[in-house]
Amino acid sequence: MKEISLHLLDIVQNSVKAGAAHVDIRFHLGADGILEMGVKDDGCGMSPDFLARVRSPFTTTRTTRKVGLGIPLLMQNAMQSGGRVDIESEEGVGTEIVAYFVTGSIDCLPLGDLPSTMASIIMGSPDNPEFSLRCSSPGGEMSFSTEEIRPLLEGVSLAEPSVVQWIRESLDEEIQPILGGIMK
Amino acid sequence: MKSLAELEAIRKATLSRINLRKEEKGETTRVVIGMATCGIAAGARPVMLAFMDEIEKRKLNHVTVSQTGCIGMCRLEPMVDVILPGKEKVTYVHVKPEMVPRIVAEHVVNGRPVEEYTIGAAEKN
Repeated sequence: MKEISLHLLDIVQNSVKAGAAHVDIRFHLGADGILEMGVKDDGCGMSPDFLARVRSPFTTTRTTRKVGLGIPLLMQNAMQSGGRVDIESEEGVGTEIVAYFVTGSIDCLPLGDLPSTMASIIMGSPDNPEFSLRCSSPGGEMSFSTEEIRPLLEGVSLAEPSVVQWIRESLDEEIQPILGGIMK
Repeated sequence: MKSLAELEAIRKATLSRINLRKEEKGETTRVVIGMATCGIAAGARPVMLAFMDEIEKRKLNHVTVSQTGCIGMCRLEPMVDVILPGKEKVTYVHVKPEMVPRIVAEHVVNGRPVEEYTIGAAEKN
């Protein structure tokens, strides 16, 4: 992956496949330059056995092939910057995955185009789950959720091109002042 | 949110397009993009958004864009299927955002697949 946000686009699919009703995404950039990317869902969760194996590239729930690279690739890029990935999960409750990136490292990926990524995530699953995004840094904070805009759209799908475009543009305006410094 | 008023305007405009779509009763054309780990890593996100932009720009009411998982040909990603009503599925491989306007103009709008971008052409060599 070339951007941290592409890892988000990838691992959020795990939450969607886990049947989550809510997926809460957060980015926090600390004054120390450490970027925390959290994805928390209320999907089916993992058994202790599966959780113990989930970091392996040879663990996957799909039946067509025996490899699953989403989490291993995320771990590779987090660790390459000097960070790490924490995963907590409970069956029937949900899963939380938190990746830490040391943005000051020369080996750290840029955050990338988070607004486009959020638009792609929402477009891919326009009806459910509900997604929320919270971004914070010493520069400020913002929050967004599909639950908030859905009633305003009254029956117009979140996957309509015009709505997707609005999501991209309005998120970009809000995220730039907070995380703009690490996006490129 | 800065522009909820703007969203309201978008809702109205989009609703009228949806109604138009219902009146036209034409069958929909589907654009399906591979968005698994392999697709994403190869650059599927900008490709998908390029399709969305092109469809929005041309006001193509009868076209839907959706996402699918990995179909096992990861080396050919980003892959895009275009399915015109009543026609066989056409699969494009190694798709880049720059290729999207031509695929939309020639295939989605005019019904002529862009042969040189298809999996058939790519796998011939």
